[in-house]
Amino acid sequence: MAELTNRERMQIQRQEMPTQEPEARVGNFDEVALGLTWELARLEAERCLQCAKPHCVDGCPVGVTIPQFIKALREGDFEGAVRAMQQKNNLPAICGRVCPQESQCEAYCILAKRGQSVAIGRLERFVGDYSIRENSNPPVPAPPTGRKVAVVGSGPAGLTCGMDLAKLGHKVTIFESLHLPGGVLIYGIPEFRLPKSIIQAELKKAVDYLGIELRTDHVIGNTYTLDELLEEYDAVFMGTGAGLPSFMRIPGINLNGVMSANEFLTRVNLMKGYRFPEYDTPVKVGRAVAVIGAGNVAMDAARSALRLQTLHAERQRLTAADEPIAAGEVHVVYRRSRAEVPAREEEFHHAEEEGVIFDFLTNPIAILGDERGNVRAMRCIRMELGEPDASGRRSPMPIEGSEFDMPVDTVIFALGTSPNPIVFTGAQGLERTKHGTVVADHETGRTNKPGVWAGGDVVTGAATVISAMGAGKRAAADIHRFLSDPASEEGRSKKED
Amino acid sequence: MYKILEKQVLSDVTKLMVVEAPHVARKARAGQFVIVIADEQGERIPLTIADHDRAAGTITLIFQEVGKSTQQMGELDVGDGFYSVAGPLGHPTEVELYGTVICVAGGVGIAPMYPITRELKAAGNHVITIMGARNKSLLFWEEKMRAVSDELIVCTDDGSYGRKALVTEPLKEILAARAAGGDEVKKVWAIGPTIMMKFVSAATAPFETPTVVSLNTIMVDGTGMCGGCRVAMTDGAKFVCVDGPEFDGHKVDWDNLLSRIQFYKAEEQQAIEHWQHAEDHECNLDVAARELAASGES
Repeated sequence: MAELTNRERMQIQRQEMPTQEPEARVGNFDEVALGLTWELARLEAERCLQCAKPHCVDGCPVGVTIPQFIKALREGDFEGAVRAMQQKNNLPAICGRVCPQESQCEAYCILAKRGQSVAIGRLERFVGDYSIRENSNPPVPAPPTGRKVAVVGSGPAGLTCGMDLAKLGHKVTIFESLHLPGGVLIYGIPEFRLPKSIIQAELKKAVDYLGIELRTDHVIGNTYTLDELLEEYDAVFMGTGAGLPSFMRIPGINLNGVMSANEFLTRVNLMKGYRFPEYDTPVKVGRAVAVIGAGNVAMDAARSALRLQTLHAERQRLTAADEPIAAGEVHVVYRRSRAEVPAREEEFHHAEEEGVIFDFLTNPIAILGDERGNVRAMRCIRMELGEPDASGRRSPMPIEGSEFDMPVDTVIFALGTSPNPIVFTGAQGLERTKHGTVVADHETGRTNKPGVWAGGDVVTGAATVISAMGAGKRAAADIHRFLSDPASEEGRSKKED
Repeated sequence: MYKILEKQVLSDVTKLMVVEAPHVARKARAGQFVIVIADEQGERIPLTIADHDRAAGTITLIFQEVGKSTQQMGELDVGDGFYSVAGPLGHPTEVELYGTVICVAGGVGIAPMYPITRELKAAGNHVITIMGARNKSLLFWEEKMRAVSDELIVCTDDGSYGRKALVTEPLKEILAARAAGGDEVKKVWAIGPTIMMKFVSAATAPFETPTVVSLNTIMVDGTGMCGGCRVAMTDGAKFVCVDGPEFDGHKVDWDNLLSRIQFYKAEEQQAIEHWQHAEDHECNLDVAARELAASGES
């Protein structure tokens, strides 16, 4: 394509990514967004104005050199695009799928002011998928430094930190409590948003090319304590996330049919419960499901529930042709209004398209059970928005006398999570906040405990994949500085193999 | 893969396996458990660590074949292995010198009770052990238990061995006799079916004898992440995996727990039927369902 003028570039429309149709996709767990074709990706890449001072990069928590990768891409230099990407981002196929680009890089794009930003996330995904498909530009570790780092947790923070340190030649061991690595990527985010095959492909790079040792089934705090790891490793990075679910303090939370989004999504994703009984872990979803909360996790839970209902109805149809059942319904119950929904716009939009019913300004006050201890309804109260609170959001207030019962048989709480405390057993002196998160420097990830860094949700509380990656990246840089400082060599001999 | 080094058939439905798991053995203590997965399609199931050998890097697991997963595990042999063994999990049993204590073990609960009994005895307690099962064929480890107990009472529900009684009967007698004699029982441990632990707790309540129970609930990750194991207690909901597995039996809402452990009953039955059916041939319905659901796995 001949070099375009900026005017011509601005006349190109933002390219939409092909997706599975809503009616079809509620009946499977396949990926919803299908990715840009090369035709579409090239057109989209042509829209980038290659700003001399690109703001998009400022919006990226890991500082991806966005104009460079887009330039290489539109010149057809796929390898160059991968190289530009991998300077800063180890996991583009993942970020391209789950990053909230609309509030990060794309929000800063100069074109956003004139209409529609460059679809940076979609292009990133295109480059990431190419890199996996062609196994292009596999990472090469620097010569071994002889220093050893333990990374606790194999989610986005731990993986990023471990991969960066391994590239620099340090010997990295990642400890994971579950049987599969990936953390929230594998237990939390559904197949239809982030296929497991993508995570596995990205992880393969870490293990095959960077020589990272991965030890699953290790529950740090129990199997080894942090203090024990410090005896054996030169540095420890904690990327243990925020895995502890919250339940509302209302009557009835122990009834059968009430569960955390963590439990529901772990059964569906990690344990492949949607393929029960071929896989052993059952997942039960009723005909009338209420998901409490309206964040990304709530959208994942609601959309997974819809799919399970549809698959269940389909199976029913196959086995008992004369008694077809309706698939059922899924509600998202949120105490604020549409404007305050914390989920990404795309997730909300997809959920709505698929038929999730949104009950805004509604708050549960009790879950009601039948004589057998199963959920039969949820008592709710209508809310109205009052004055803005400390966070600037208008605080929801109950409307007196507006109680009503919503007939449901399944209630899923998606109200946020906090750090899992197990890892703090045997981590003497590590400073934490009253919310249970670790106190760590934002720029370096250093904690008050010598030799221990932390980053991701364990520091911030539940946030995003990319912010965890950013924290892992900054901590890796600081751990490298620490390990490169001759002063840190003291005591090294006792840690040698 | 965690290799099975030894297998014993303790009863028709109770199997013992010594498993190579050095990462667990190095820290394991009485009262703790592991999460085991049989194979890649398997579910995560919690099993109490019945014994461990740090030097050999092994742990001993004992399980009763009650569902598809445990039946399938029971078919494994020496040389085979488990796909995943994670742990040790949960808090270890607190063992001190109390005086006279009673250990009540029912059915497969005999296995996790053994190391606790042994530690209580080693700490200098006068240990009275009551072990029971529905019938003789479900009993095991009588001699092992005798060796770590000062007194041992064996009973079966049907009288096919030992005394024909539920474990709560001798328990109540001993509690009453000792209370009358001014030599009261200081503490009671109970491990077995939930219904048994409920009635042991009810039996000790009038005597105000502190009673420790080891709960077995629905559980997925075993690390505090899913909350499926939450139990209603008089002082709020607790997670069995991280707050337990041992709790004060007098604080447990037993009826809620009994209801919660039934939640997946229908699915358990479905899993067994599916598995037994699959031993013969692959069902066309499954093929269809797999094609329907699994196209996203490519």
